Formats: sequence, structure tokens, C-alpha cells
Amino acid sequence: MHPALSVIFFTVLSGAGYGLFSLVTLLHLTGLYPVPGHGELMTQLGLALALITFGLFSSTLHLHNPKNAWRAVMRVRTSWLSREAVCALSFYPFALIYLWQILRAGVEVSALTVVVGGMALFLALLTVFTTGMIYASLKTIRQWNTALTPANYLLLGLALGATALAAVHAGFGGRSEGLVLLALGLLLLAGMMKGLYYLWIREVTGPSLNTATGFTQARVRLLDQGHTAGTFLTREFGFDPGARRIFRVRLGVFGFGFLLPLLLMGMVLAGGSSLWLALALVSALAGIGLERWLFFAEARHGVMLYHGLQRT
Amino acid sequence: MRLGLVIDLDTCVGCHACAVACKQWNTSGTTGPLTDESPYGAAPSGVWFNRVRHYEVGDYPHTKTVNMPLSCMHCDDAACVTVCPTGASYKRGEDGIVLVDQDKCMGCSLCAWACPYGARELDPRDGVMKKCTLCIDRIYDDALAPEDRQPACVITCPAHARHFGDFDDPDSTVSRLSRERGGRKLMPELGYEPTNTYLPPRSAPAVPTADVRRGSLMSSVKDWVNKAIAR
Repeated sequence: MHPALSVIFFTVLSGAGYGLFSLVTLLHLTGLYPVPGHGELMTQLGLALALITFGLFSSTLHLHNPKNAWRAVMRVRTSWLSREAVCALSFYPFALIYLWQILRAGVEVSALTVVVGGMALFLALLTVFTTGMIYASLKTIRQWNTALTPANYLLLGLALGATALAAVHAGFGGRSEGLVLLALGLLLLAGMMKGLYYLWIREVTGPSLNTATGFTQARVRLLDQGHTAGTFLTREFGFDPGARRIFRVRLGVFGFGFLLPLLLMGMVLAGGSSLWLALALVSALAGIGLERWLFFAEARHGVMLYHGLQRT
Repeated sequence: MRLGLVIDLDTCVGCHACAVACKQWNTSGTTGPLTDESPYGAAPSGVWFNRVRHYEVGDYPHTKTVNMPLSCMHCDDAACVTVCPTGASYKRGEDGIVLVDQDKCMGCSLCAWACPYGARELDPRDGVMKKCTLCIDRIYDDALAPEDRQPACVITCPAHARHFGDFDDPDSTVSRLSRERGGRKLMPELGYEPTNTYLPPRSAPAVPTADVRRGSLMSSVKDWVNKAIAR
């Protein structure tokens, strides 16, 4: 699949934003947030909203007819993309009332903050889940058609959110082992889930060129695809980075996305400067950006069978 | 009614006339134009509703060339309609034709991602998805003679490899052909229940090769020289 930059930015940044928002809200509402300063809480939630909004704006860039984008809420009963749009939109009023409540009444938790904050938390996680389900629901792409896809989206969003949370907390001079441990744990879990995903997609399943052409009792080879230049289909689905490049990018995913941030967090826990958390955040964003690029790049669409692939 | 096509892989000669006739009719039809990008350039590209691909089936010497026209299968359980967030993609209840309402499409391409047959192509100029309409502006046109109320690809096929009709009617040509010739659906394991049906090539007796005489010494040398000299 062609890895579109707008969709990579959207899923990584808004995933991180929703993860940050839901973790901050959860810690705030349960009273577990270590010494929640007013300004710090606003910065955390403001950053989360900025990431989410920037990501959602970026997602509209891959639409070829954005003037009809408002219609995307029309098919909630069947379409996961529609469900994502509805969740993403209905998140905003709750999140903004929650933010306004903190701005107005301070960090004290009231009944109203619990209700709107809880709703915003629920919708944030639901939005990330629906994003994953858009991909997981496509039977045409076996690498995506698994429950691991939404699990990966949720865990990676939460891990990035937790890393940002710890970094911003450190930026305000806070030194909380609990937050760093939370980020470390989530990042470790997300890394293991990603490893599981890479193992899972090694298993070749789904249609072959034989079932695609109906000739299941003999070998089928492509003689000619019928056009000399590229088409919409080959441009959209024909991207194939090759096994060596996939391997190298995977090293980058694990190195920048998980190992380096985990190492830096370990240093912070061992008494190092909290500023390493900022580097950990940058590294994790880069690594998970690579992960998202690879998520698209190594997915192979069933229509490529007709263009000569034997299996996807 | 469940309208669709039967494509006879036994008689299809792979001439691409159906693809060209489709392009010609539909570019000025209800979902037209079928925009071309650099049509006279080095890499001409454009929107087509119907594409013909060519495959070799089997191993030498028992091989067969199969020409395979592919267009929208008008699936019973059309994933492209399920995933469409705007409601632009829809399947008509009365005849099962899958269509795109171009006034509603936002050009997100998700329907093309959901289609395993490559039936949908985005028009980069109009920014909307376009696909086979089963020539909806021909088959219901009372101004045409009854025999002309068929999709352009079917009418134009010089080998009569394409047939159009109602699969719900057990006595229609398409139902009879797919019953008698063992018609196949493509990628049935995905469960989209495509309507279009492909008739497999009839099995013909193998051409005997035992009586073919060995070549003379001269022809063997010629063959060797032809192989040895790089072109």
C-alpha cells in the first residue's frame, strides 16, 4: 500500500494526542496525578488537543473532494470510518467543557468534571479503536485484517501519550517516578504487541492468484497486465519496499520507537536528568512514525494478485 | 432482479474491445468523464471501468493463455458499500447494481481499498470515485432498440464472450450459461458473493506431439547459432 504522509501524521499525532488526553484525564479524575499544578494540567490537555486537532486536519488532506467531508458522519451503522468521524467530533464538546471547567474552577474534581472528563476519556479511546478498526475491517489486506491492528493502535497511542505526559511533567520541574514507570510499562507492552504483530503477519493467508482467477488446479502466471503505464490501482496499492528495506525499517521501529526511549527512561529512573524524557519523546515519535509508515508500506492489497503477485 | 455479466474465458480473445467500448460510452455517460492523464505522453494513464489482463495457466507443455476482463462484480455483499462513510456508494435494491453518487463522494478511496477486484478507480481531476455502472444509461433507455439495451462491453464483444442478464431468473441466458458451463466466482473465500460469473475454458484434447519429426542436422546448427548469438 502507498504510505500517504497525511494519514501517517494523522494516525501517529492524533493517536498520541488521544493517548495523552485519556491518561491525563484518568490520572486527574482518580486523583493519582502527582501534584497537579493548574498550568501543568492545562498544558498537558492543551497539547493533547493540539495534537488531535492537527492530526484530524492532516487526515482531511488525503481526501480528494474535501468539500463533502461533512457527509462522513452519515453511515455510522455500517462504516468504521463514519464511526471514527462521529467519535472524533463528539469528543470535542466534552473535552472543551472539561478544559473550561478546569480553567474556571481549578484542579479540584467536581461531579461535572467527572462526567464530562469521563465521557471525553471514553470517546478518546473509542476514536483510536475505530481508527484501528477501519484498517482491521478490510478483508482485502490480510496484514491489517486482525484484532492486533486496533490493539496496536490503542497501545501505541497510549504509550506515546504516556511518554509525552512524563516529558511535559518533567518540563514543569516535576520528578515523578510513577509517570516514568507508566510510560516505560506502556511502551514495553506496545513494543511486545508490535513484535507479536510482526510475527503474526508472517503467516501467509487469504486469497492467491489462483482463487483470484478461479484457476485453482494449476499454476497461474501473469503474462500482461494490460496497460503499459501505472494506474490508480498500481499507484495506490502497488508500493512494495522489499524485504530488506522492511527489515531495516523494523530495526528503526524497535530502536527509535522502543529501545532508545526505554533506555532513556531507565536512565531517568536511575537518577539521571529528567530532560532525557524530552529526547525519549522525540525518539518514540520518530520510531512510531516509522512503524506507521511500515504499517502501510508492507501491507499488500489483494488486487495486486491480478497484477502478478502469487500471494499477498 | 440481480443484473450482472457472464464472461466466457473459453472464447475471450483478449482484444480489449470491451474495455475501449466501455471507456468510449461511459466517458460521455452519467459518470463521465473518465479522465485521462497525459494521454499522449510517455506514461498515459486514466480511469477505466473495465481492464483486460492476460494470464498463463498450467506448466509447459500443458499451458493455456487466459484473457481475463475485470470490472465491477456488483457483489451481493458489497464491501465497498459497507465501508463508505458518506453513503455515496450504494447498491440498488431493484437490480443489484452498485453505483457511486458523485455528489456525495468525498474521495477518501476507502471503497477502493475494500474492493479486491480493483473495480474502483479514483478520478484525480474530479476527486471522486468512479466505477462500472453496468451501463445503466443504456440498459433502461427506451429510445434504444431492445437488442441495444445492453452494456457497451457486451454489445461490442466480437467473440460473444460477454453476456448480460438477470441472475435471479433461472431461465435467463446468464443463469443457464453459468449452470451448464460451471461458472466460477472470483475470490469466493472473501464472502462478497460477486454477481459476475466466469466460464472456464472448455477442455480440448491435447495436440499430439509424438509424431513430430526431429529436426535435421542443419536446423539443429541453426537453432544453436540462434541461441548462441546475442541479439
